[in-house]
Amino acid sequence: MSLIHRSSSLLKPLAAGPASLLRRPFSSATDDDATKITVETSVPFTGHRIDPPPRTIDTTPKELMTFFVDMARMRRMEIAADSLYKSKLIRGFCHLYDGQEAVAVGMEAAITRKDCIITAYRDHCIFLGRGGTLLEAFAELMGRKAGCSKGKGGSMHFYKKNGGFYGGHGIVGAQVPLGCGLAFAQKYSKEDHVTFALYGDGAANQGQLFEALNMAALWDLPAILVCENNHYGMGTAEWRAAKSPAYYKRGDYVPGLKVDGMDVFAVKQACKFAKEHVLKNGPIILEMDTYRYHGHSMSDPGSTYRTRDEISGVRQERDPIERIRKLILSHDIATEKELKDIEKEVRKEVDEAISQAKESPMPEPSELFTNVYVKDHGVE
Amino acid sequence: MASIFQAVGAARALSSSNSFDSKKFYLTSRESVSERKGSIFVVRSDGRMNSGRVDKLVTNAVATKADSAAASTASKPGHELLLFEALREGLEEEMDRDPRVCVMGEDVGHYGGSYKVTKGLAPKYGDLRVLDTPIAENSFTGMAIGAAMTGLRPIVEGMNMGFLLLAFNQISNNCGMLHYTSGGQFTIPVVIRGPGGVGRQLGAEHSQRLESYFQSIPGIQMVACSTPYNAKGLMKAAIRSENPVILFEHVLLYNLKERIPDEEYICNLEEAEMVRPGEHITILTYSRMRYHVMQAAKTLVNKGYDPEVIDIRSLKPFDLHTIGNSVKKTHRVLIVEECMRTGGIGASLTAAISENFHDYLDAPIVCLSSQDVPTPYAGTLEEFTIVQPAQIVTAVEQLCQQ
Repeated sequence: MSLIHRSSSLLKPLAAGPASLLRRPFSSATDDDATKITVETSVPFTGHRIDPPPRTIDTTPKELMTFFVDMARMRRMEIAADSLYKSKLIRGFCHLYDGQEAVAVGMEAAITRKDCIITAYRDHCIFLGRGGTLLEAFAELMGRKAGCSKGKGGSMHFYKKNGGFYGGHGIVGAQVPLGCGLAFAQKYSKEDHVTFALYGDGAANQGQLFEALNMAALWDLPAILVCENNHYGMGTAEWRAAKSPAYYKRGDYVPGLKVDGMDVFAVKQACKFAKEHVLKNGPIILEMDTYRYHGHSMSDPGSTYRTRDEISGVRQERDPIERIRKLILSHDIATEKELKDIEKEVRKEVDEAISQAKESPMPEPSELFTNVYVKDHGVE
Repeated sequence: MASIFQAVGAARALSSSNSFDSKKFYLTSRESVSERKGSIFVVRSDGRMNSGRVDKLVTNAVATKADSAAASTASKPGHELLLFEALREGLEEEMDRDPRVCVMGEDVGHYGGSYKVTKGLAPKYGDLRVLDTPIAENSFTGMAIGAAMTGLRPIVEGMNMGFLLLAFNQISNNCGMLHYTSGGQFTIPVVIRGPGGVGRQLGAEHSQRLESYFQSIPGIQMVACSTPYNAKGLMKAAIRSENPVILFEHVLLYNLKERIPDEEYICNLEEAEMVRPGEHITILTYSRMRYHVMQAAKTLVNKGYDPEVIDIRSLKPFDLHTIGNSVKKTHRVLIVEECMRTGGIGASLTAAISENFHDYLDAPIVCLSSQDVPTPYAGTLEEFTIVQPAQIVTAVEQLCQQ
């Protein structure tokens, strides 16, 4: 019943955090690993040129708790980043992911670290999911040495090579051809791994996407194009930018699946399904129907092109963390208080990471010139 | 053509704020324009330029202090606004004047523009004239060029200049070359504008200086605005030009405040701006670096130097008249730019001055540029990337000792 002996294995796929978080007895009297819980996704999947996977999924209490903690941690990180930005510790552009956590967590649950993920600039949480630490994230956001890119990249340039996370890209759409390149390399090396190339509904109208998709389809590359459709490309709603906002169908000859991106189980199921598919059949498009609570970035209030009612409506009806909380409570896996305690722990974890990050020094001036070329070649 | 310049020269002589003998330098050089070979003084704006206002305004609104909003006693009080508002004013005036002028770009319409340059225009002119494009730079730039081929006059906004790299092919091959390859049949009166330059920790991909990449494209003109006055004037001139013009704005200059005239005016696309006349050294700069130069100038003046500061404004072609006159006077040149050292505007300017005026130089041309590195995110590193006022002071001192 207690999770003590499982804590180490539980924590492995997660970002580093106090092990105490999950080393506590839960009210469930059963053995969490063997207990099977069957859940149903909020809505069925819709397929384009493909039979969608079933909407009933098996999970365990352990998995539910893991999802909860992971998403709570991501949510907390983004909220903390908001405050840090307002206190000018984070500068420049900062694009927050709160509301979209289910995509990062669900995807991670379906794959391994040998599979690749590449995304655009809303990358903090994906970084965390791929094994990045809160310290590395906050330090990078504050431009410090301990940052994942040594402070030289910033918010839009998080990477983690050994976690299979290829960034972190500022120019809309440019990451998708890169993603197909990762898939190409995987096929070339005959690995049984796949690449998830994430992009937004705004980026879905980039030509390079279709060029890359055509090539991926031509050569049966194990590429999964994931459109994180939060319905707004900065200030432009999807229907004002796309003739067909059914992004999962835009692959035309490439099959697609529409997924409720606020439902972590739907995401997990879809990603698992997609991985199996592309290893045999070439690319697939996943459209994650998701939502961002913040504006496009910290310089965008996010309320000039959508109503506050809409934002609060989504938060009430579809919030990914709340959904898991309800599931946990309804299956008696933990009590309300226990979940609140977990959230408090997460908050502490985040605060500790921030203070640690603040201690990290700014990069040395000499760092200006390092990593332009490899091993200082190419310098006059 | 000559009449415009003579009027300008005359007004300069009248202006009280300038201390140098303008008549001697200005009129002489201007009279020789028509004889000058290879003059690239292209299509003039229409007759409105001869209103007689342009002359006074070009000289008097020039800042002789780093942060002042200059207006001479001779012109009307005018109205105060921020640089992005000045851009909008110019844009709106041109859209009122000519129904063929339209805007396209990301979030320019309903959102009002990410830097508010097009705020309020979509409700006024409609969704087609202020077009919200999808995120498809390559294609909508191409679309604008295609529309221009038929006579429309689109203004393409790159939300950040860096995004226009995706449209490089369109800008180079179609925008720049179509007039030539069609034997003159098609003109491409587009304006491509947007913010670029190093901001406040925007990261490597959002801190680019595209003027260095575009400068070799034949057929285009490039200008960089730096004050609300010249922002509005250059915007209007760019729109009226029959040639494609790339108007470089800077992310950090949008909130500059200045008092500009109420009357209509236009700035010459090919003309540099005399910011501070002087005797000892010519400092050539543009865009944001102008302000670093003026800050350094304060220090230099206190140290007894008399720098002449010219905001070159026209990045392609260079205003070698104004520049040449200055070089002939001071014999020393310092270029301060934000481009990277390799292949920047400064590099081209150095070559141009060397070729044309090397007899007048008492010292080698010094060019201060940004470091050849991607702009780092960390604030301290970012500061080292670009030229700071202290470096400018040092460079002037070293140059003047030679």
